[in-house]
This record gives sequence, C-alpha cells and structure tokens, in this order.
Amino acid sequence: MNAVIEVKHLTKDFKDVKAVNDLSFSVESGQVYGFLGQNGAGKSTTIRMLLTLIKPSSGDIEIFGMNLLKHRNEILRQVGAIIERPDLYKYLTALENLRIFAAMSGVKVSEKALMDQLAMVGLAERAHSKVKTYSQGMKQRLGIATALVHDPKLIILDEPTNGLDPQGIADIRNLILHLSKEMNKTLLISSHLLSEMELIADSMIIIDKGKKVVEGKVNELFDPAETVVELKTTDDAATYEKLQQSALKNMVQGKRNDCILLKLHRDEIPAVMKELVQMDIEVLSFYSKHSLEDYFLSLTAHPHVETLKN
Amino acid sequence: MMKKTLLLFFVFVNVLMVNAQTTEEIIQKVKIKLEKVNDYEARGKMKTNVVFIKAPIANVKVFYKKPNKLRINNESGISFIPKGSVNINLNNIFINTSGFDMIDMGKESKTNFRIIKLLPKDENAEVVLSTLYIDETLSLIRKAKTTTKENGTYELEMSYGKYADYGLADKVIFTFNTKDYKLPKGITFDYDDGSKKEQTPDKLKDKKGKVEISYSGYIINKGVPDSVFK
Amino acid sequence: MWKLLKIELFKIFKRPRTYIAFGAVAAIVFLFQIGLKFDGKSYLDLILNNVSDSFEVSDDFKSRLLNGYFICFAILNILLIQMPLLVALIAGDSIAGEANMGTLRLSLTKPISRTDYMLVKFAASVIYTLILLLWLAVLALFGSMLIFGTNTLVVFRSEGIEMMNSFDVLWRYVAAFGYAAVALTTVSALAFLLSVFAENSIGPIIATMSIVIVLTILSEFNIPIYDKTVKPYLFTTHMVAWKGFFYVQADADNKTIDGTIQNLPAILRSMGILIAYIIGFVGTAIWIFKRKDILT
Repeated sequence: MNAVIEVKHLTKDFKDVKAVNDLSFSVESGQVYGFLGQNGAGKSTTIRMLLTLIKPSSGDIEIFGMNLLKHRNEILRQVGAIIERPDLYKYLTALENLRIFAAMSGVKVSEKALMDQLAMVGLAERAHSKVKTYSQGMKQRLGIATALVHDPKLIILDEPTNGLDPQGIADIRNLILHLSKEMNKTLLISSHLLSEMELIADSMIIIDKGKKVVEGKVNELFDPAETVVELKTTDDAATYEKLQQSALKNMVQGKRNDCILLKLHRDEIPAVMKELVQMDIEVLSFYSKHSLEDYFLSLTAHPHVETLKN
Repeated sequence: MMKKTLLLFFVFVNVLMVNAQTTEEIIQKVKIKLEKVNDYEARGKMKTNVVFIKAPIANVKVFYKKPNKLRINNESGISFIPKGSVNINLNNIFINTSGFDMIDMGKESKTNFRIIKLLPKDENAEVVLSTLYIDETLSLIRKAKTTTKENGTYELEMSYGKYADYGLADKVIFTFNTKDYKLPKGITFDYDDGSKKEQTPDKLKDKKGKVEISYSGYIINKGVPDSVFK
Repeated sequence: MWKLLKIELFKIFKRPRTYIAFGAVAAIVFLFQIGLKFDGKSYLDLILNNVSDSFEVSDDFKSRLLNGYFICFAILNILLIQMPLLVALIAGDSIAGEANMGTLRLSLTKPISRTDYMLVKFAASVIYTLILLLWLAVLALFGSMLIFGTNTLVVFRSEGIEMMNSFDVLWRYVAAFGYAAVALTTVSALAFLLSVFAENSIGPIIATMSIVIVLTILSEFNIPIYDKTVKPYLFTTHMVAWKGFFYVQADADNKTIDGTIQNLPAILRSMGILIAYIIGFVGTAIWIFKRKDILT
C-alpha cells in the first residue's frame, strides 16, 4: 500500500499550548480518511499544517512521498482543500471565483470545464450570480467545486458538513462517496461527528488534545461484537433485576439513571428482542450504537483548551 | 517797516529767480521734448530682478497716453509689475498742479549731468521729492530719484538711442522698494531641498527690486485707445 | 506571475470600493476647479496679500495667474496630502481584506510561494496607485488646462516666488507625477506592511493614515530640535519633493533659467530615501508573512 499522506511525530506549540502533540498517521491512496476529534482537539491545526498554512514546531509531513516543505508547490498542485468555512469572493460570481482558483492552482481550465464543475455541484444555473446571494449550502458546494476544479489527487475537507441542513449533509456525503468510489480520489475529511464518518470513511483517526487516541479501519473499529444497547423500560429497576436472573445476564454492562446498558454482538439483537418480550418486559426504547461512539462522547466530558477559533 | 520787509523779500526772491532761470530753462527744454509725445505703444523685453522672485524675461508692450496713463502688459505670460511703475513715464514727474520749487544742486562730477531737485508745492502730493540728473546738451533726463509718501523711493536710469528726440529711452532701469515677502508654511507645504540656506542673510535684507525694460521700438502719436488702461 | 497579477487586478477592479477613490479624486478636483473658476480671485487674495503692497495686482494679472498649470499645482498641493488615504484603502486591504473574507487561507494552499503571492499583491496595489494618479493627472492637469488655459506658472513658496515660462512647465508635471507615484507607493508599502498584521482592513487603513498625518505634522512644522535629528529620516519629509521640480534655477539677476531644476540631487536623494523605505516596508512585510501561521 502506498501512503498518500505520511505524518510523523508532528507537534505544534502555540506559545504555551500544545495544539498538536507528537501525532503520527498515514492515509493510503484511494481512501476516505476520517479525521475525528472534538472542537479544539487539534484537527484544524493539523490540517493547516498539511496545507502549509501553519509551520510545524517539529515532525515531518510527506505527501505523495515528498517532503511537504521542500516540495510545497509540486505537492499543492495535486491537492484540493476546503478549510473550515468555504469563504470565497462574495463580490464575484461563482464562475469568476472558480476561474480565479483554477488559475491559482496553475492549471488551464476551459470555460466548459468550469461550467461542468459547477453543474456537478448543482450550481450551473447560478453560475453568474454573485456569491453574496448564495445560501450556506450553495457556498459549501461552490467551495467543493473550487477544491476540485484543478482535478487534484488528494482532497482535504475540513468539517465539510458544518452548518448544513440534513439535505445538505446528505448531498455532501454522496459527493464524497462519488469522488472516492468513482473518481478514485484520496480524501481526508475532518469532523466532530463520528456517526457521519462511520458512513463514509474507510479508515479513521480520533485525536484528543492533539494526541492520537485510536486509529484504524472503520470495519475494524466498528467491530459488531462491540455493539452497545441503551434499553429503557417502564420500570428500569425491576427490569435490571430480571435481567440479572436471565440468560442475558452476561450482556448487562450496568445501569444508568435513565437506562440500562447492554453489550452484545450486533447479530444477537433479534434474539435479545424476542427474549425481552418473552420475559414480559415493557420496552420504551431500544437504542443500539457502537461502543466507540460512547467512548468518543466521553472525550467531550473534559474541558478542552480552544486553540483555534471556529 | 513794511517797505523794508518787502524790499528784503524782493531781494530774496530775485536771488532765487537768477538761479531758477537756468534750472527753469533746462527743465523747460526737457519738458518740451517730452510733450511732443501724446501717446505711444512700445515693445520691449522686461527683466525683473527682485530678490524673492525668480522670473523669466518677459515680452512686454508699454502703452502711454497723456497726461499720466501708463500700462505695462505682458504679451503672453505673467509679470509682477511693481507699483509706481507709472513713473517710468518721465512726464509723470512734472505733473503737479501747484508747481514745484526747484533747487539746482550743481553738476555730478563724473558724468557732468546737472542735478536738479524738484519739491512739489502741494503738501498733499504723493511725491515728496524728485532728484533729476539731466544731460544738458541733449536735454534728456538720465537718472531720476523720486521719494514718495506711501511707496518709498523710486529710481530711474535711462539710456537713449533712436527715440532721443522724443525724450524716450531705449532702456529704462526702474529701481523700487519691496516689502518683506513671507507666506506661512502651513499654506505652502514647501519642500525643503536645502537650497535656500545658500542665500546670505545680507541678500535677503536687500529690499530693492529692479525692473529693466529694453525697448525695441516705439509707435508714437498714432493713438492709443483708453480701453488698454483699464 | 503575470497571470496572478492579472487575477489580482481583476479582483481589485471588480470591487465597488476601488471606485470610491476614483470618485473622490474626481469630486475634489471638480469642486476645486468650479470654486476657482467662479471665485478664484478671492482665493488668490490670500496668497497675494503679501505682494500686493509692492506690486500691481490687477484683475487681468489674477486671471492670468489662475491658469491650468497653477490650478493643477494648487490641487496637487492639497490632494497629495489626502491621497494616502485613498491609496491605503486598497493597499491596507490587500492582505487583511483576504484574511477577513477568509479567502487568504484558500489562496495560500495554492501552489504559489508566499513571497510570490506578496509581490503580486504589492504590485497590484502599486498599479492601482499609478492608475489613480493617472486619473488625477487627467483631471487636475489636462482638465484644468482645458478649463483655464495655460500661462506662466507662478509657484508661491514660503520665502520666494518661482516663475516658469508656460513652455517650460509640462515636463515638470510629468516628472512630478512620476515622483508622486514613488511617494504614494511608499504609503502603499506602509499600508501593505500593516495589512500583514491585521485581520480586517480598517485597522491598517486607519493606522496608515494616522502615521502619515503624525509624520507630516512633524515634517512640516518648524520645531528646530527635530530639523536635523528627525525630519531628514521621515518619509513624509521626502514625499513633498515632487515640488522640487517646480523650483527653478536663476541667474545672478534672479532671472529664471528655462529647463532647470534648483536642486535635482536633493530630489533624487529624497527619491532614494523613499525607495529605501519601500524596499524596507515590503521586505519586512514578506519576511513576516513568510513566517506567519495563518489562523484566519
């Protein structure tokens, strides 16, 4: 496997705050790589270092097998990116914006190709409208078009679904899958929503306080044997007692004040349901999720130092 | 007593008259020459030399009309024309309704010009004193110094040529007093290129300005419309 | 580089803000011309007050004095103090404005070195300055020549009067506008430098103006202890050197010598100092920007 991004011992100090702390990871060609962390975990700082906006305090970044700082322009010619909000020139039209960023990427793009690009993100009809008249979702899509206009091999999207409505989020998700599966691009996508990443990423990393927490392939990280169920019944205390006596007792993880937690293999869910009915337990809700999600949420429990404003 | 006084007076006047007759004659001859000219239009080049003005040489037209109208016009450009420049017309010296007392000051040793002082009898006259240096043989005024009440002292120096018969000079140098010149820096926002420091303080104190007109030709007594003097 | 410069210029001239400066210059020049056309003589009285004791100040004299060359000089005298604001409007915005819009981070992920990016940005604001100056020249010089005609140019300095034949003036304006371009580029470079530190364009614009105003006051006011110590090093002292082209040499009789400049070496020295400032400002801006973490 050849790594498109290879990050080794990356560290960034801002005065007295370590925003990124000895971070290493690699992104393989053709992958959708999820870059997860809560706000202030160091995602944006890392992405900005990948794009040479911020200079690392120490550590190495290689992209396409080349040292980033030594081969900056050569590398960036093959990279498309959105960093946080996709801010563009509001007083220019979508087409003008696209033309400018295509030219700045050092490639010659025909007017037809520009229009095709706008059509791909569904903005062909508004190509000649000034960007200041655009909605947030339209701006996001135009931002993606500018990131893709020079046909880069590597696409870096920082929180691409931020501020979008559910339809917008779904559109972006489909676009990402299209780029990955049909156009064979490598994508690095940062997010603070694990569920979102689970749907699109092949691999992911979770960072906290600038440090790696877990990294791996999604299908391995979301091992079905690690499924967690939150069970609510009419009488949780009685149910808990009953479950302790039943065949399900090995699954019971504990009791929270509002629900009972079960840990099981995802395939066991139908059998568990049946069992609950037979035990005459009145179920109010049965919510299954992956244990990673619980873990991820627990990271928010401690206060983070905001090193970058969003 | 009365007689005695009267006699004394007559003797005194007589003494004056003897002297005055010769000066009067000289002046009369000069005046006759000048009075041949009713009007003229002259072309010339004017050089201004004032310590605080850097001026190019100007092509001027000078218009004159009896009794005391004079106008210097720059033909195309701009010139600072000193006040009192009307006095470059020599006729102006003699215009005084109440007449003059004349004092013969003898001859200038170097040039042999006769020096005559004219004191206007009218106390309210602008001119307080004129001193004329006259070439007796040609009946031409070569130099004149005029002291005025308001505008200081003027000096005229003439050299004559073709138009000497009319008492009109080929070249006039008019020297006059200038007042201090200074504008606030807040208005001018000057660039200090360091050059003004070269000027010596003495030069700045010299408040005499000079205008030199070299005439190339006169058109005499062909009429000049009044409109040019407006 | 040329392609990038074209992009920058496209961006500048697509913005409504850019035309504020052109409108402002046109308005000031036009108001000035109208004012002088109808009431120029009372304007002159203020200046001529000093000489009217010794010289004839006729209406004809005044109307000759109020020629196109004179009007242009008067406009430049006033406007070149205000122009820095208009120049700072664009130069101060060039980096800070991008940071504020959020386009800076996107632009800097493009395969363009930061040095190139900065040079192109600066070049674009210099071109804008030149076009603005050209606009001023068209309106203030050619416009005034058209409305008021041409004649001898009389320049009133604090301690003397300079007069130039009308045929000897135009080349001086060409030189003066050339010099003014360097002077305004200095302001542009300062605004550009300040622009690197800010995340919105108001800060650098106001800071540039404040610096120019304070230093101009220091340069123009007579405070003897500053004359030798501070003034020669202020760029504002040298920004007015365009006037040096209208200070002529004279012979011993104070006669203007056509085609001469009183102290060309002083003007060139002033220009050298301004160029040193420009290099200093832009060099510092690039040096800082190259090391800067982009957090906007």
